[in-house]
Amino acid sequence: MNLWLPAASANAAKVDQLIWALLSISLAVLALVFGLMFRYIVKYRAGSPLDRGVVAEKTWRIETAWTAGTLLVFFGLFVWGADLYVRAFQPPRDVLEIYVIGKQWMWKVEHVGGQREINALHIPTGRPIELVMTSEDVIHDFSVPAFRLKHDVLPDRYEILWFIANRPGTYSLYCTQFCGLNHSKMTGEVVVLPPPEFQAWLAQNGGSGTLAAEGQVLFMRYGCSGCHGGNGRGDGGDAGRSDAGGSGAGRSDGQSAVRAPSLLGLYGSPVPLSDGTVVVADDRYIHDSIVRPQSQIVAGFAPLMPSFAGQIGEEDLVKLIAYIKSLAPERPL
Amino acid sequence: MASAVHQDFQYSSPSHQAETAIAGMWLFLTTEVLFFGGLILCWIYARHWNQAGFDAGARETKLWIGTLNLGLLISSSFIYTAGIAFIRVGNTRRLIQCCSLTLLLGLAFLGLKFGLEWHDDFAGHLFPASADFKIAGPEGGGARLFFIFYFISTALHGLHMLIGIGLLIWIIRRARREEFSALYHTPVQVVGLYWSFVDIVWLTLYPLIYLVGRG
Amino acid sequence: MPRTLVKAGEVEGSYLTDGFTLRSWLLTTDHKRIAILYLASITVFFFIGGLAAALVRLNLIVPQGLLGSAEAYNRLFTMHGVVMVWFFLVPAVPVTLGNFLIPLMLGARDLAFPRLNLFSWYLFMLGGAVTLYALFAGGVDTGWTFYTPLSTMYSKGHVVLAAVGIFISGFSSIATGLNFIVSIHRLRAPGLTWYRMPVFLWSLYSLSVLLVLATPVLAITLLLVALERLFHIGVFDPAIGGDPLLFQHLFWFYSHPAVYMMILPGFGVVSEIIPTFSRKRIFGYKFIVWASVAIAVISFFVWGHHMFVAGTSLYSAVLFSILSYLVAVPSAIKVFNWLGTMHKGYIIFDAPMLYALGFIGLFTIGGLTGLWVAALAADVHLTQTYFIVAHFHYIMVGGMVSAFFGGLHFWWPKITGRMYPEMWARMAALVMFIGFNLTFFPQFILGYLGMPRRYFSYAPEFQVLNVLSSAGATILAAAYLLPLAYLLWSLFYGERAPANPWKATGLEWQTPSPPPTVNFIETPHVTQGPYHYPPPERAQPHG
Repeated sequence: MNLWLPAASANAAKVDQLIWALLSISLAVLALVFGLMFRYIVKYRAGSPLDRGVVAEKTWRIETAWTAGTLLVFFGLFVWGADLYVRAFQPPRDVLEIYVIGKQWMWKVEHVGGQREINALHIPTGRPIELVMTSEDVIHDFSVPAFRLKHDVLPDRYEILWFIANRPGTYSLYCTQFCGLNHSKMTGEVVVLPPPEFQAWLAQNGGSGTLAAEGQVLFMRYGCSGCHGGNGRGDGGDAGRSDAGGSGAGRSDGQSAVRAPSLLGLYGSPVPLSDGTVVVADDRYIHDSIVRPQSQIVAGFAPLMPSFAGQIGEEDLVKLIAYIKSLAPERPL
Repeated sequence: MASAVHQDFQYSSPSHQAETAIAGMWLFLTTEVLFFGGLILCWIYARHWNQAGFDAGARETKLWIGTLNLGLLISSSFIYTAGIAFIRVGNTRRLIQCCSLTLLLGLAFLGLKFGLEWHDDFAGHLFPASADFKIAGPEGGGARLFFIFYFISTALHGLHMLIGIGLLIWIIRRARREEFSALYHTPVQVVGLYWSFVDIVWLTLYPLIYLVGRG
Repeated sequence: MPRTLVKAGEVEGSYLTDGFTLRSWLLTTDHKRIAILYLASITVFFFIGGLAAALVRLNLIVPQGLLGSAEAYNRLFTMHGVVMVWFFLVPAVPVTLGNFLIPLMLGARDLAFPRLNLFSWYLFMLGGAVTLYALFAGGVDTGWTFYTPLSTMYSKGHVVLAAVGIFISGFSSIATGLNFIVSIHRLRAPGLTWYRMPVFLWSLYSLSVLLVLATPVLAITLLLVALERLFHIGVFDPAIGGDPLLFQHLFWFYSHPAVYMMILPGFGVVSEIIPTFSRKRIFGYKFIVWASVAIAVISFFVWGHHMFVAGTSLYSAVLFSILSYLVAVPSAIKVFNWLGTMHKGYIIFDAPMLYALGFIGLFTIGGLTGLWVAALAADVHLTQTYFIVAHFHYIMVGGMVSAFFGGLHFWWPKITGRMYPEMWARMAALVMFIGFNLTFFPQFILGYLGMPRRYFSYAPEFQVLNVLSSAGATILAAAYLLPLAYLLWSLFYGERAPANPWKATGLEWQTPSPPPTVNFIETPHVTQGPYHYPPPERAQPHG
């Protein structure tokens, strides 16, 4: 029986400190409650001849005292827990993004370099990792006890989980949201490697191409280039010409009429919407714009784009997004 | 149990019992508010995220039927309340007339709602679970959601109406047996509360269904 | 049974002897008989739910799962959760002890609406029958939480049927809560002002408010789930603009208050037992009373703490965290007040008191671990693991079930007119306490180590703790069978109970045991607050 759980991230050590504090407070209160209980049942048992003296009638002072004391301790614990939590769920800039897709009953992982894993996640130490997670069916939950982290993985939504692993090793990965028949088989391992070994692992498992490269192929195949242009410049009309490969020609009828927003430099930039709000184009925005284009219409454009919900799987969406992210801002000539 | 004064053994006086029954009905209506409240909350939440679709759906509804029904229900509550005023002075005959008229208005509501409006909705391919749902394209999803809420809420409201009509028939039968008097007419009051509540639910649903999307 | 106003001296026998036919039970409107009907029903549900739990623990003895079928396992823990939550924990104390005692404590002859009371029992049985049918004829494999879209689109079980069953029983809860609230408002005996009411009544009043306000939301939620599953309408389906998280919000808006529905009556029972067996007035009456009300109110605003990792916004998580700490304060106040009541008392260790002391201990552990999961960062690690399972079992089983047994023993003489065998009862209380801790304490450690809940099979390193837990469950099961045996025995062979075996002060003890059908031959007049235990010269009630 091993009662020790490895702490493999900076966050894990901090959460452990909080848990130790909670444990100490709990033990102190338990000692108080059980101590008083046993003291009273011995001292004030009915058979005891002890003189009870006068029983106080007014109790509000002592009530107020322990109410205030409890409140104070609780408030301290709240601040501590909330502070850690807010920091644990706000990713820094300059992260290594890895895509995680849950489905009944396995985890699929895709690295930006095109490496894929099933029920395993390889990461380097010392670098902020951001998992961009979604589900193909029901709600799952990505949980790594060694990092003291977990987060639900929802269908049709991108959820973010970030951490810095600091101790090489192999740690358990669980699905912790009940997801049907083989919920308990939806487990795997997180392999934390020192950066050089991680680079070696990436090189060994190099896919057919980077995610972005695969995404570019899909961008043509699904006909995105028909309106957004062969290189995402937003000029569907030019697409046929500038893209010598010609795979974007499937929409030749729409070439002159359709005007779609440019995707160059889109990622991370603010997008003004037709309802007057401005959103930042992150993974979730791009995902939703493909699956539910009508929900966020870019200002100045007609709501023409059809929904691709149900036609593009989550894995292909990941690649498309990687491609769109790779499109650099257009340089003024 | 036909008696001029009605008192069960756990109460200290007839008025004690009457007031208790009315308090019970009020509390029951509170739970009803939460029941419909949960539904309406979901409705508003879903509309917030799918406004265009909801509005497209709302434009397919039949404003004139909804408005006519609103008029029918408000009049029926008014007439029923008049009935309570009559029984307060012991006029059972007028009470029966008022109840019967309320009953007719209620039936008219149901006829318009389910015989005509729902029938047209089904014929017009507005049933959201059918394969050939009328509204396609970008607004299709939202419009479907709208009609889901439309059908659920009107069905639940219709169910309450049916229960109310059952209660009206019960009141009319008891009134015919001369069970109510100026001294004892608690069931008439309790049913009146219920009927007014059903009316108020429609007052809430009416703008949600017919007006908001057209605004 | 038509009952009429009775004059003094006209009554003979008790409510138990007022008719012996099956019909006289099934058509009774007597709150005491309805309480007995409920007691029999929830006992059956308790043992069905318990059997499912036993099989769950049996499966977990070996890491690969002893039952050999994940499908069977998933259905078993769903059955355990559904039956225990809706057909035992929520109704247990209110519909049995509450039904029996509220009119007695009020000095009333019955509840305000006796026929509604009977009707609610029939609804309860109908809902229970439908749910049990769903659970046995194929079962449900979603867990008792019915999370969408698993329940609406992917599950293969009888989700709709189970939802309908719970929906029906929900209306039974509403009817009961309504009846209690109106009765407490309208049927108090002359002189029984609000601050003269026993804490039990205050607790049940707060509970009833929760029942009446939260249950309709559950009803509409389940209705939407059933419709979504039948017609794929999409309220919770993101593909057409719905939101699966909306379900979680609605579900926990009911189900968090539901936790307090389970524990509030327990508070009430313990608050009756401790002063009686300490021969002392309760410490800080008004604080205890208002703590119940505060719990009822705040519990409506903490549902989001079930969703700290579900993908809601950071700000809502912070808000729900602090509210969750706030709702823990009144519970802490109560624990201190019970200890304060024992201070300078004359404590007697009869079985009800042992159960009450067990309640304080176990509830304190459950409450303290609640602080762990209210702390956001700690919750991220602990939620959805066995830590949560242990935490809520300490509250619901350690707390609420202990209180139920405590109350059952305390009022058993009043209900049946017979004394239970004291030594057996004390032993059962002790075995229950030991078995409970052995079952659930290891689960705290399992949870910290990361073992997720609802796992049919698990990593071998968790086996030792799981075996310990299953061993504890065996003891616990035996401890629950003991009262079933000796309480039934006492019905026939138990010593005849006097009107007031505990020398307690409540109105329910002022009438014979078992009470006559009309409860009180003369309506009592109340002239002072509850728990007026005079400082005894040499109080020696018995033993």
